[in-house]
Amino acid sequence: MKHTAQTALGAIAALCAVGISVPATAAWEPVRPVEFIVPAGTGGGADQMARTIQGIVTKHNLMKQPLVVINKSGGAGGEGFLDLKTSGGNPHKIIITLSNLFTTPLATGIPFNWKDLTPVAMLALDEFVLWVNADKPYKTAKEYIEAVKAAPSGSMKMGGTGSKQEDQIITVAVEKATGSKFTYIPYKGGGEVAVQLVGNHVDSTVNNPIEAVAQWRGGKVRPLCVFDAQPMAYDEQIADGKSWKDIPTCKSQGLDIEYLMLRGIFMSPRATKDQVEYYVELFKKVRATPEWQDFMKSGAFNTTFLTGADYAKWVEAEEKRHEALMKDAGFLASAGN
Amino acid sequence: MTTGSSSNAGPAHKLVEAAIALLIALFGVIVIVGSLKAGINWGAEGPRAGFFPFYIGIFIVVSSAINLWNGLREDNDGLFAEWGQLRQVMSVIIPTAIYVGAMPFTGLYLASIIFIGWFMRWLGKYPWITVVAVALGMPVVTYFIFERWFLVPLPKGPVEEWLGL
Amino acid sequence: MEELVNLFHGFAVALQPFNVMVMLVGIVLGVIIGVLPGLGGANGVAILLPLTFSMPPTSAIIMLSCIYWGALFGGAITSILFNIPGEPWSVATTFDGYPMAQKGKAGEALTAAFTSSFVGALFAVAMITLVAPLVASFALQFGPAEKFAVYFLAFCSFVGLSKEPPFKTIAAMMVGFALAAVGLDSITGQLRLTFGFTELLNGFDFLIAVIGLFGIGEILLTMEEGLAFRGGTAKINLRVVLQTWKELPAYWVTSLRSCVIGCWMGITPAGATPASFMSYGIAKRVAKNGSNFGKGEIEGVVAPETAAHAAGTSALLPMLSLGVPGSPTAAVLLGGLLIWGLQPGPMLFVEQKEFVWGLIASMYLGNIVGLLVVLTCVPIFAAILRVPFSIIAPLILVLCAIGAYSVHSSTFDVMLMLVFGVIGYLLKKCNYPLAPLVLAIVLGDKAEEAFRQSLLGSQGSLGIFFSNTLVSTIMILGLIALFWSVIQQGYTRLRGASA
Repeated sequence: MKHTAQTALGAIAALCAVGISVPATAAWEPVRPVEFIVPAGTGGGADQMARTIQGIVTKHNLMKQPLVVINKSGGAGGEGFLDLKTSGGNPHKIIITLSNLFTTPLATGIPFNWKDLTPVAMLALDEFVLWVNADKPYKTAKEYIEAVKAAPSGSMKMGGTGSKQEDQIITVAVEKATGSKFTYIPYKGGGEVAVQLVGNHVDSTVNNPIEAVAQWRGGKVRPLCVFDAQPMAYDEQIADGKSWKDIPTCKSQGLDIEYLMLRGIFMSPRATKDQVEYYVELFKKVRATPEWQDFMKSGAFNTTFLTGADYAKWVEAEEKRHEALMKDAGFLASAGN
Repeated sequence: MTTGSSSNAGPAHKLVEAAIALLIALFGVIVIVGSLKAGINWGAEGPRAGFFPFYIGIFIVVSSAINLWNGLREDNDGLFAEWGQLRQVMSVIIPTAIYVGAMPFTGLYLASIIFIGWFMRWLGKYPWITVVAVALGMPVVTYFIFERWFLVPLPKGPVEEWLGL
Repeated sequence: MEELVNLFHGFAVALQPFNVMVMLVGIVLGVIIGVLPGLGGANGVAILLPLTFSMPPTSAIIMLSCIYWGALFGGAITSILFNIPGEPWSVATTFDGYPMAQKGKAGEALTAAFTSSFVGALFAVAMITLVAPLVASFALQFGPAEKFAVYFLAFCSFVGLSKEPPFKTIAAMMVGFALAAVGLDSITGQLRLTFGFTELLNGFDFLIAVIGLFGIGEILLTMEEGLAFRGGTAKINLRVVLQTWKELPAYWVTSLRSCVIGCWMGITPAGATPASFMSYGIAKRVAKNGSNFGKGEIEGVVAPETAAHAAGTSALLPMLSLGVPGSPTAAVLLGGLLIWGLQPGPMLFVEQKEFVWGLIASMYLGNIVGLLVVLTCVPIFAAILRVPFSIIAPLILVLCAIGAYSVHSSTFDVMLMLVFGVIGYLLKKCNYPLAPLVLAIVLGDKAEEAFRQSLLGSQGSLGIFFSNTLVSTIMILGLIALFWSVIQQGYTRLRGASA
């Protein structure tokens, strides 16, 4: 009697163990189409990256279920983040983020923090470059900064994407570092900003490489320095005998500012370890494709790849930095809006 | 306020017109309040976020006041619509409202089947076979065009979950 | 001369059997996308973009641009048949297209719309072929002040047109501006008028408002008048196409003017929507039978459709030569170019000749194919109106709901659509014009943005709007348009006095 009871218990225990261990060994896989949220408009940097990934996944058959890109750009991306926040426990939703992961909640006060989501992986970091019109005499960042200091306060115009977001944060940082004052003019998209620079409607921009490379190749704009600790890695010639690698760091030009933008993946709250693991593996496969490498090269991306705790740590440090930067700049949302 | 015999009774045009002018004015007031919160003055960087909406709100209130005055002064004893006509209109609005309200819970497909079916059966008096064919056909076609072909996910409820769609 | 040689080479590329097939598929998909409200050109192209990755870039862009042409053609269909504009630039087409359909002239309206679209596109492509570099440098002169001037001109050429009481027009328009202002203020990056509702982060999307105000509102009006759906008498054979074609050459001045307006708006890039409104407004003022506009005048279909399609086509030019998209769809195509490893911008015409001229050749061919496809379908579209109301009405309502949902994947938007529908019904019954309201929603925030960008640049001085010849000319044109009726009255009085 006792014996049978023991075996029964053992069987139950074994069953339980199997029940628990099944998802652990047989890895999780999506059973429905996966929604890939883009918290920005169609045609922007994040959207391009998401659709490239979608194309790569489709072309190489990396997923059994379709990956569906959905733009939720309302409220500077707040719409997309809130959508993910409220889909807790739905593993069929992932989101690609940019700096608005930090800036949007800080600037608008919408109830969202990146900790509401489950971090998956950092895919790449986007560089920022200081650009001026090629017709202007400034050949180096130093010359340009001297000119800005010499000009009456606020008469030099800096064009950028969005308000109280990465471009304006960098602009404020440049102002702080040099003691000068720009007039910052926000536009809708990076491409538009680059063209405004070509048309001489603004004096300088901090476009991402991919946004301004076409104008550089056409001899319309000139890169002065990159806001990174070391020069970019790509040494293929782009324009007038120069490559991305030849652009000096801003620090070497006496402008001690570093800023890189996150291009990372998060998923909905309360995701299990297996589910995160599945997406990490997926993006590892994506990164290995030649299409992805071409895409990285065309945008001169910094290809740092982080997952798990490293990624979370990076994001946390970055959040603190943004909070400090935005507080300094007076960009935090006032209560009551 | 209503005039005329019982056969063509209904709300007076004047009354509805006044109510709408008041509603628009109310909207204008909401806009003004919201703008005040956002800041309506002319900051260092040009007009602040609430500057334009504030004056827009004022325009709305003023023009509604004029519309209200004009509407009341006007010598128009006509009807807005007969009660029978309004009943017709409501017979679309109410089911559509139920349809739209149910959508977040039941998903789009189930709600659409019932809605189309109801409309065709009660308003169109079609035989059941036609009703069922259209009511089922349309969501199925929609499913294939949107979800399969263009990969646009539409709202789904427990039934779709159960079917594994 | 070199351009022509290149173009012929381009035709050779575009006429490869695979590319012709791709073209046909693209047009058909595009028409479907254009017909389904909510699934606009930009969304449609974005959705289908990844499918083209396994194709050669030239075929891929041919397919995507053909989807775009198809969507431009398709947007007119629901506008004319059901008063539901599938795309922002089809709103102006409803003003006369839908009344025509109600009079039983749906076939004529559709033919006129498709043909004008074709003419507008052809004009724009010819311009791209001949003067691309010149035009690109013109586009560069448009800073925020110039853009604001263009929006100002678009407003001015449209307002003052309606027969409704002036204060109702003002109220409706201001409501539109207020709705456009809700959400994130792009200049300060701050939320406004949302009152803490996260659903309002997005603001009020134009498409939701239009689907409700026009589409649902119209169904409610029809319900009030009983279950009859007017317009069932539309002719449903292909002869209607030829008959309409006989009429169209009479409107060549309107066509030409609309082509020029469209190209200008497409390049600057203000886009197809202001182009269509502006073109309609000016046509109404200048046309002999202008007072009949809004009652089903064929010229009122020709003007906006020509301009919209010319703008939609020429919007691709700044994208190719500058890398700045002239329309949301062009923005998505731009992303496509980058993904295929092509860099749009000044060097594209030099380095990627085969691609650029293949694309331009496909614009010619794609539009011809598109026109043939949609014209053969005119009888089918017209026949839709013969479906009894109690079948078509719930289907339209469901399609509207899907359309409203797919704009932002939000069920809140669907409820909003119904609210707009009831508002549309009430406003229309009370003689408030809906067109200025819609125009204000579409252009309101863009105009405000350009205005404030200009003021940032000028450090608060309004003088920037008259600081150079270009911007002053556009502003003065706007003022002339605004006071046109006063000027016209003055002119007749002067003439009367002298006679």
